[in-house]
Amino acid sequence: MELYKKYFGIHFRSAMQYKVSFLLTTIGQFLVSFNIFLGIYFLFARFSSVKGYTYQEVMLCFAVNIMAYSLAEMFARGFDTFPSMINNGEFDRILVRPKGILLQILCSKIEFTRIGRMIQAIVMFTYGVKTSGVPWSVDKIITVCFMLIGGTALYSALFLLYAAVSFFTIEGIEVMNIVTDGAREYGKYPFDTYGKAVLKIVTYVVPFALFQYYPFLYLLGRNTNKVLIILPLASAFFYLPCYLFFQIGLKHYKSTGS
Amino acid sequence: MIEVEHISKIFRVSRRNSGFKEAAKALFHREYEELKALDDISFTIADGEMVGYIGPNGAGKSSTIKILSGILYPDSGTCFVNGRIPWKERKAHVKDIGVVFGQRSQLWWDVPVIDSFELIKDIYDIPLTTYRNNLEELIALLNLSQIIKTPTRQLSLGQRMRCEIAASLLHEPKILFLDEPTIGLDAISKLAVRDFIRKRNETHKTTVILTTHDMQDIEALSKRIILIGKGRLLMDGTLDDLKSVKAEDSIDEVIASMYRKYDIA
Repeated sequence: MELYKKYFGIHFRSAMQYKVSFLLTTIGQFLVSFNIFLGIYFLFARFSSVKGYTYQEVMLCFAVNIMAYSLAEMFARGFDTFPSMINNGEFDRILVRPKGILLQILCSKIEFTRIGRMIQAIVMFTYGVKTSGVPWSVDKIITVCFMLIGGTALYSALFLLYAAVSFFTIEGIEVMNIVTDGAREYGKYPFDTYGKAVLKIVTYVVPFALFQYYPFLYLLGRNTNKVLIILPLASAFFYLPCYLFFQIGLKHYKSTGS
Repeated sequence: MIEVEHISKIFRVSRRNSGFKEAAKALFHREYEELKALDDISFTIADGEMVGYIGPNGAGKSSTIKILSGILYPDSGTCFVNGRIPWKERKAHVKDIGVVFGQRSQLWWDVPVIDSFELIKDIYDIPLTTYRNNLEELIALLNLSQIIKTPTRQLSLGQRMRCEIAASLLHEPKILFLDEPTIGLDAISKLAVRDFIRKRNETHKTTVILTTHDMQDIEALSKRIILIGKGRLLMDGTLDDLKSVKAEDSIDEVIASMYRKYDIA
């Protein structure tokens, strides 16, 4: 943790070396997600509800999802840029340093510009919290926190999977973007909006629904099962297979060196 | 102490002819060619030795360095560095070694060099007093006092290389691997780097393994030379052994004639 702080300092100072670039990228990030927000806004300007969810409720759901995504992108960005680390040999440097490999990859990049997306998410979140009509009690606040933790963990795990794939192929990793970017886009509406088949996939295959859909029902009071409060944490278990896959990839790398 | 015993490494290189049709075919069926990067290599290097590891491009020099530093596994054979198998005890092993890749930087690009040093101190858990002493010594010997407050990206290649070498010695490794440390440097920087490496070897008894194509590096630095080509060990001897092949020529020509003799050019 101490080491992470040090890396954090280095990245922060590096980012501040290019202030204009930092500012523009941050604003860009803000505008991109603002666009998505506009999309939802205009949709609801015509239809008052989608699958029984009101505009404000969707805002809340979207905000939590996008917050988790930008947190993961900010702190687990190193996994996302991992293919280039393999290409330019930086990964060899990581292997000759006496600290954990995953920790070093995590530390290799911290993307401060994602603050832009984060701010956008916080604005929507505040709006959603105030207007969605959810009676905020301690258990619901805890649920939201768990949703954020579970979501960040799941997206980070996906980035890790992405990194693991790049041990084997450099060209094929675009496929992975379908899962990560796709989930970010589709995650703006509660997952049952897309029908039963999709809901099954995001429950059992890549467990997005565990942090987004089911606890969200609890927030809205449509399902009062207390298990739903801690369910988001279960989505963090997805990290396990991703980690194993990364280890297999690492072994492959060490035997081929490319 | 480095003991390398019968190490072999085979890479599979995918091959295809040019053209769209061939590219499409390669999607489904790839043809591999097996390339022996290392073929039954054995040698022993004692503590405090300085060894020039030479051979033409693609001879297997980098692969050997990668195996010795724990980045790669060999397919067969084994090696011990200070009694450890590098790829099995990675963390303990890498604390004992320093690696300089001449073509790549280990410093953080946008921050002053001293910030990189501070971070390396934490990565290697170097005690504060040790760090201060080492830093002071390295700054004095490599003449870094003017440049450590400059961001890495603004350094000249010669300045950067001096900082790279300092960075890999902060934790006082017993063994230093230098992969083409003088590549692209001007005359003054080259001399400074060579001079420093020699002194380091003398005063700290640091074992140095140096790969290079610059024969003056070899002449200036290492008494012992290991020559490899096409993955095989061709010669393990002294500079004089090498020179005795053809006494009257320059060392570059001697090496070139060795390459021709073994048909590895």
